[in-house]
Amino acid sequence: MDMFIPAEYEVVRSPENCIGCMVCERQCANGVHKFDKDLGKMIADSNKCVNCHRCVCLCPTHALKIVKSEDTYKQNANWSMQTMNEVYRQANSGGVLLSSMGNPNDYPKYFDKILVNASQVTNPSIDPLREPMETTVYLGKKDAEIKRDNRGRLIDTLTPQLKLNVPVMFSAMSYGSISYNAHESLARAAEELGIFYNTGEGGLHKDFYKYGSNTIVQVASGRFGVHSEYLETAAAIEIKMGQGAKPGIGGHLPGIKISDDVSKTRMIPKGVDAISPAPHHDIYSIEDLRQLIYTLKETTEYRKPIIVKIAAVHNIAAIASGVARSGADIIAIDGFRGGTGAAPTRIRDNVGIPIELALARVDERLRQEGIRDSVSVVVAGSIRSSADVVKAIALGADACYIGTAALLALGCHLCRSCHNGKCNWGIATQRPDLVKRLDPNIGYKRLVNLITAWNHEIKEMMGGMGLNSIEALRGNRLMLRGVGLNSEELKVLGIRHAGEAM
Amino acid sequence: MFKSNANNAPFEGEVRIPSGCAVSAVIDRSGKTMTGENIIRSIATMHDRSNGLGGGFAGYGIYPDYKDYYAFHLFYNDFQSRKGTEDFLNKHFEIVYSSEMKTRKTKGIINVPIIYRYFLYPLSKKLNNSLMDEEQYVVKCVNRINAEIDGAFVFSSGKNMGIFKGVGYPEDIGRFYLLDEEYKGYAWTAHGRYPTNTPGWWGGAHPFGLLDYSIVHNGEISSYDANRRYIEMFGYKCSLQTDTEVITYVIDYLIRVKKLTLGEVAKVISASFWSTIEEKSEEEKREETFLRKAFPSLLINGPFSIIFGYNGGIMALNDRLKLRSMVCAENGDLAFISSEECGIRVIEPELDRIFSPSGGQPIVYTLKEKE
Amino acid sequence: MTINVDENTDFQSLNEKIHSAAERSIVINGCIGQRYIGSGVTDKKIIIHGTPGNALGAYLNGGEIYIYGNAQDATGDTMNSGTIVIHGNVGDATGYAMRGGKIYVKGNTGYRAGIHMKAYMEYKPVIVIGGRAGSFLGEYQAGGIIVVLGQNDDGLPIINNFCGTGMHGGKIYLRCKSLPHRIPSQVRTERLCGKKDLELKGIIDDYCKYFENMNAECLLNADFFVLTPDSENPYKRMYTDN
Repeated sequence: MDMFIPAEYEVVRSPENCIGCMVCERQCANGVHKFDKDLGKMIADSNKCVNCHRCVCLCPTHALKIVKSEDTYKQNANWSMQTMNEVYRQANSGGVLLSSMGNPNDYPKYFDKILVNASQVTNPSIDPLREPMETTVYLGKKDAEIKRDNRGRLIDTLTPQLKLNVPVMFSAMSYGSISYNAHESLARAAEELGIFYNTGEGGLHKDFYKYGSNTIVQVASGRFGVHSEYLETAAAIEIKMGQGAKPGIGGHLPGIKISDDVSKTRMIPKGVDAISPAPHHDIYSIEDLRQLIYTLKETTEYRKPIIVKIAAVHNIAAIASGVARSGADIIAIDGFRGGTGAAPTRIRDNVGIPIELALARVDERLRQEGIRDSVSVVVAGSIRSSADVVKAIALGADACYIGTAALLALGCHLCRSCHNGKCNWGIATQRPDLVKRLDPNIGYKRLVNLITAWNHEIKEMMGGMGLNSIEALRGNRLMLRGVGLNSEELKVLGIRHAGEAM
Repeated sequence: MFKSNANNAPFEGEVRIPSGCAVSAVIDRSGKTMTGENIIRSIATMHDRSNGLGGGFAGYGIYPDYKDYYAFHLFYNDFQSRKGTEDFLNKHFEIVYSSEMKTRKTKGIINVPIIYRYFLYPLSKKLNNSLMDEEQYVVKCVNRINAEIDGAFVFSSGKNMGIFKGVGYPEDIGRFYLLDEEYKGYAWTAHGRYPTNTPGWWGGAHPFGLLDYSIVHNGEISSYDANRRYIEMFGYKCSLQTDTEVITYVIDYLIRVKKLTLGEVAKVISASFWSTIEEKSEEEKREETFLRKAFPSLLINGPFSIIFGYNGGIMALNDRLKLRSMVCAENGDLAFISSEECGIRVIEPELDRIFSPSGGQPIVYTLKEKE
Repeated sequence: MTINVDENTDFQSLNEKIHSAAERSIVINGCIGQRYIGSGVTDKKIIIHGTPGNALGAYLNGGEIYIYGNAQDATGDTMNSGTIVIHGNVGDATGYAMRGGKIYVKGNTGYRAGIHMKAYMEYKPVIVIGGRAGSFLGEYQAGGIIVVLGQNDDGLPIINNFCGTGMHGGKIYLRCKSLPHRIPSQVRTERLCGKKDLELKGIIDDYCKYFENMNAECLLNADFFVLTPDSENPYKRMYTDN
């Protein structure tokens, strides 16, 4: 009854280059490559290929490439091959389409339609290599009371803050959805960089408690692995209300991924599905959020900032304002392009709004209400480069979360097959033979390289704008101009069109 | 807002106009008063730092006979705007004295608006009904005139001080207002402006004032919109879009609302680098770290040298990288601040001390009675 | 030739007189803020009493300028050769991109003295500062020699923050007992006795000729720290091809 669905990509092997070493066969968890004894050569089954490029990268003679298949249905501008295949898949199975990583569709990428300013004549650009250039940020509430001791000296009345040496953090990715080695790489990189990584909702492995001062722990609706020691170890606690890739729905880690270690970390039985409910069942209204925030604050004696992570949805500005008024120290907003280990395709591709627009509206609304100071704003949902970071901060963010970019640094090639658990790069898998492919000693160094390079680039761009402190970039929207945006988009972004004066 | 324009160039406030400048100030800490002659000579030596498109002065202690009243200086476009403004003033204030300001015909000073001065105080009934304190009430009324009455602009509103400004070279503006003859103050600040395009009207010249606070400033800051968007959360409206305006509001907010000292204000707006803070004493480190963490959006970034005037003193402050020049000097009770040393030597060739403050190091000179 | 000026003298008329003067030696009295004095001049002796304005001796290409007073900003900007002697303090960005010649300051300098000073073939610029220097001394220094003698009496340290950032050539001598804190990592430092460094001795001997009551031997009989760059290409490793 199943309709055959032809492969979208084809594995092409150069017969001149191939030496039959079978590295590709050993590297492919999907069983694409095979040595055919009768033919005396390597063959490939492209139908099994997810296009992760593991074989291409590891082939010692560069004999492989993966190309888009020329096989095609009759051209149709309305019914793309992808859309048709989705219908076949559902007719074959009766299943909800499941995808991984962020929304790949061709929606506007506003970051790419925003340009950054530079100084000329009337004020100087600053040389970031020679002159001090500060990218340190503190996240947390800024609306401190001014109080003095009996000698008139100021008292530090600020509530707990997170200090970031670079305004970038690694966003929530649970142990379970990604591997032990991936987590170790993130934790060690965060420590070396003076930033934070985030446990996601999968608990914190005992081995990683030592990175606690660079760890944000998550409290999600499933409460996996949440206990007082977990909260106590962390630098900050994030309440996950939503995720950009799948706003409004929960999570589901299939039992096959609940290995011994994952089971211990999540504090659930081995092999049993880990299901995160769509909402927190103790939060059905905004005042309940306040209750959860203060439960966590009381439990940790007000020593840790509380982050509330929400997905960017249509009414995001009002929601964020409500969150800010509920005692959150930091709001994390995740745009509709944010990544995921698994999400229903239709949700991922059709629900939520772009982070650029959400951020612009949230920052503006919090200012209109005079409460921008009571909360820091962290944005996520496809921050792809240091330029995106600079633009996000100029729009009003305090810092950014990166997930996909961090995974790319670890080797991910965005094949978007995380949900099948056979990640050839040792990232989105729990299979020991695959996990060991990711060496944390190398992985953490690559992450450190990436963020260090971004930090240099952020400084270069700041220097060009005549800024030497990231604080002076935040919300500095005059530094941005739109190109090819209509007036409604410019209005929402709160920026002018390129060519318009200051 | 003041709207009259011969050409179609946009007005200050409609666009943001970058400016370079010269600044200068003098104070007699004994409280002895002097005419504006010296400050005019001082700013005139730095003629090349201005381009004839703006000059102005602030004098402190110049209205001893009316020192308990707010002195409003206004530009009017025409009779109509004056009529509307005076109706408004009469509704909200008791005017004890009003007159057209005395000026002198001066070469190079053209397109002169009608300039009036009022000494006044708030009507107590109105003030009580407003539920505001007196200063808030006065600021609110000034903002309403400037925003709502076409062709009228209040450019000075403090007690026992006054701002005098216009389009032209500063030395010409000074003589136009007869500062060298008619006024005696214990402190003067001055500004010569080098805007990149024509501001179109007199209100755009500096100093910018808010009650008795006045700012003259040199440099174009790069953090403008970060500072503006932050300060506008607290009821300020940056209608002129100038650095001077936003800096004045930032200082007003930190002093009047947050009750910081001038030294602490400097540590917010011209904060030391984190690496420099790290090397300070524990106490300083704690204090400066707190201020940077609490007011990150009020760091003023980019080149500036400012002179902040208030009843009783003046403060000089440079940006943290010291991208603009600034010299301070003392001779007996006299203290001076200037963009260039020549602006001081011209009025006081012999000095007890002359020095350049470091970036971010505030230099405050106050009347002895205030110390 | 003597030129008396006052606050009403504009810089153009003054500089015109200097340029057109037949005499080599010119004395300016009452100088007050006039800019660009001696700019591009090749072989004159200019003696200034008062406070000359910005860009004094910019592009100077020989000759001498003596200032009896303080100089302001951008003194000796991009100067190629010649001598500027300041019997007082000097403002910011002194000797910016200076390629040759010497600037001798009796007192202190402001920010960014010797910024991007360079050397080329026989050109080897020298700045000697009798007192102390402001922040960013020798920023981007690519060649030449800066000496700070630390004879200031204001109790402040011999240099302010961020000395030698981006330095990739030349030398900075600091006359002090202990190394100032926070010298950037790409700068090498070495302690030496002033007397034993012949290059330094030559410079200090020359410097002392221009000022009364300066004793070269006394100045040299002290500890110096010499700062040199770690690499001529300090930023090579920062970039990756794309």
